[in-house]
Amino acid sequence: MSYVAIKGGKAAIDGAAAVTEFLRGRDDSGEPLNLSAIECQLRLLTSRVVSEGGLYHPRLASLAIKQFQGDTLEAAFALRAYRSTKPRLLATPVQNSTNMRCIRRISSAFKDIPGGQMLGPNYDFTLRLLRFDLADEDPNEFRSIARKFLGALPEADLPDSFPKVLDALRAEGLLPPVAESRNEPFDITREPLVFPVPRSAALATMARAETGSLLAMAYSNMRGYGDVHPTVAELRVGYIPVMVPHPVTGEPMEAGEVLVTECEVVAMYESGKADCLPTFTLGYGACFGHNEVKAISMAILDRSLQKGMQDGPENPSEDPEFVLLHVDGVDSMGFASHYKMPHYVTFQSDMDRLRTTQGKARAADQASQMEVV
Amino acid sequence: MNIHYEFPLEEAGYAFGFLDEYAKKEVRRTILKAICIPGYQTPYASREMPMGRGFGTGGLQLTLSLIGTNDTLKVIDQGSDDSVNAVNMRQFVQLTCPGVEVTEKLEEATLIQSRHRIPEIALTETQVLVLQVPYPDPLVVVESSEARRKIMHAEADYSRLLVKLYEDIVHFNEITISHRYPTRINRHYVIDPSPIPRWDVPKLNQSPALILFGAGREKKIYAVPPYTVAEPLVFDDLPFRVEDFRDEHGQRRACTRCGATNSFLDEYSDDNNIKIYQCSDSAYCDGQLAQHQQREGKA
Repeated sequence: MSYVAIKGGKAAIDGAAAVTEFLRGRDDSGEPLNLSAIECQLRLLTSRVVSEGGLYHPRLASLAIKQFQGDTLEAAFALRAYRSTKPRLLATPVQNSTNMRCIRRISSAFKDIPGGQMLGPNYDFTLRLLRFDLADEDPNEFRSIARKFLGALPEADLPDSFPKVLDALRAEGLLPPVAESRNEPFDITREPLVFPVPRSAALATMARAETGSLLAMAYSNMRGYGDVHPTVAELRVGYIPVMVPHPVTGEPMEAGEVLVTECEVVAMYESGKADCLPTFTLGYGACFGHNEVKAISMAILDRSLQKGMQDGPENPSEDPEFVLLHVDGVDSMGFASHYKMPHYVTFQSDMDRLRTTQGKARAADQASQMEVV
Repeated sequence: MNIHYEFPLEEAGYAFGFLDEYAKKEVRRTILKAICIPGYQTPYASREMPMGRGFGTGGLQLTLSLIGTNDTLKVIDQGSDDSVNAVNMRQFVQLTCPGVEVTEKLEEATLIQSRHRIPEIALTETQVLVLQVPYPDPLVVVESSEARRKIMHAEADYSRLLVKLYEDIVHFNEITISHRYPTRINRHYVIDPSPIPRWDVPKLNQSPALILFGAGREKKIYAVPPYTVAEPLVFDDLPFRVEDFRDEHGQRRACTRCGATNSFLDEYSDDNNIKIYQCSDSAYCDGQLAQHQQREGKA
């Protein structure tokens, strides 16, 4: 007698892998995707994956995008799993984002800011009209894009870095002074979240959270389940040099640079503690890559969570447990996917309970009818 | 873009047991703590594994942290060694732990990783059972905040869980919890014993084998140490009941393959829509069948 219902697992897995690979390979163009094309031409996709993967490695991210056929959740997941195999060699000291080599920098709080507004690469003021000429692009013309742009660029005398907008507000006394934190930042890759958690744990969790999940939670606050009412004091995108202590001398040295999006929002003021004047409140968001919606969402949630931690949550977006335990893409997609696995045993057990309960209800029903008769 | 970047060679990419040594050490320390406080959900960092959260990443981290080249591993899912997920897990361990033996025979295994079942045959003192856990906290059905649940556990305050069981009886004249039956360990902490059927819950009590529970996504490890009291939550006047496999005439159904009448059965329909009942524990079923064949051969 065969044992059809449960045999053949290995063959099924191998077959599934083969057909998935077939779907990738049946591309008529005959050209396999090269990683440089993914990293540059799909740079925002790569940005999303390095950010959600929590590993700054655009080249491995583009490999993951290729391997998982464009699924951002799976690609970020592969980066995280790769990271699990690597020991943590050191923790970087606090990095100063004032040193950022900006490619974009804006403030919606002021018409002009010290150093100037710099629009940089973005789609905010682009009409979302499909460019049909891109459908069949001439390779020669494509190759000339970068050359033309750089050739037409005037000799710029841009500074290496820009002052932070918040510094001006702080100097004016509209913001609370920077709190000196003596605590080491919470490392979410080495410690589980046990609530209540410090703000650094919340920020770290959101920095590698799934973009859509963060956006949905932040949007609930924007629409009315909360009242952050943020103003973007500064949004900047650029490269931050990563400084680490030299292994021998201990002197800070540059180990490389990471593309980061950073957003600082100013929110409604609250009364000062003890004999201090009331000030605006702040929300902070930052993540790897060029991910503006994510950084803004994170900044709003940082503010709403700080409020929740201080006064108790009044809305979902102010509840640290609710937000922080539900925004991780790897966790949530994994659990949603696991429902596709066999659940024969538990369902058998469910049927047993329902049949027993139905049987008891039927018996009770018959008994009451007998009484009526 | 770093054009000089060189990809790691495939064989050089992964260490024995996949996880780095610090991660394995952390998991082992957490296991020790979990054994010292039976039933307590011990938090740990939990690494991402190369398979989905919810597919047994917690169990896998336990297995990979414990396994050595002198171990023999058995992996089952839904009681079966050949279920897709079990195959996947076993292949992964074989890939990352060269030298480890794998088996389908329970008696040969030193380490057993399982999802949703405890094997039918009793485990021994030389074996460790690792169960994969989706929901580590039995209180989640009555309290959604983890911070508040932690206090309830510390105070051994399970009153709301008992009220839920009582309300079930009022509504349905039965306790409706089918699997993941809340079970009190060492007379203090109540655990979610993972989605094993009620059939398997009595096997936790005074088990000679160490039983470990790993919840990767929820970042918790807990344990039922050997020879520890494990009692399902019930009322004095309402006994704990396992799944009922009697037919409409009150006859215990038998496995259509091996004839066993003392095992947990899977129910499904064949192509002619006729109900089939078979042992969920496939190795047990094979063993029973082999015994019958041996007996018939002798006769």
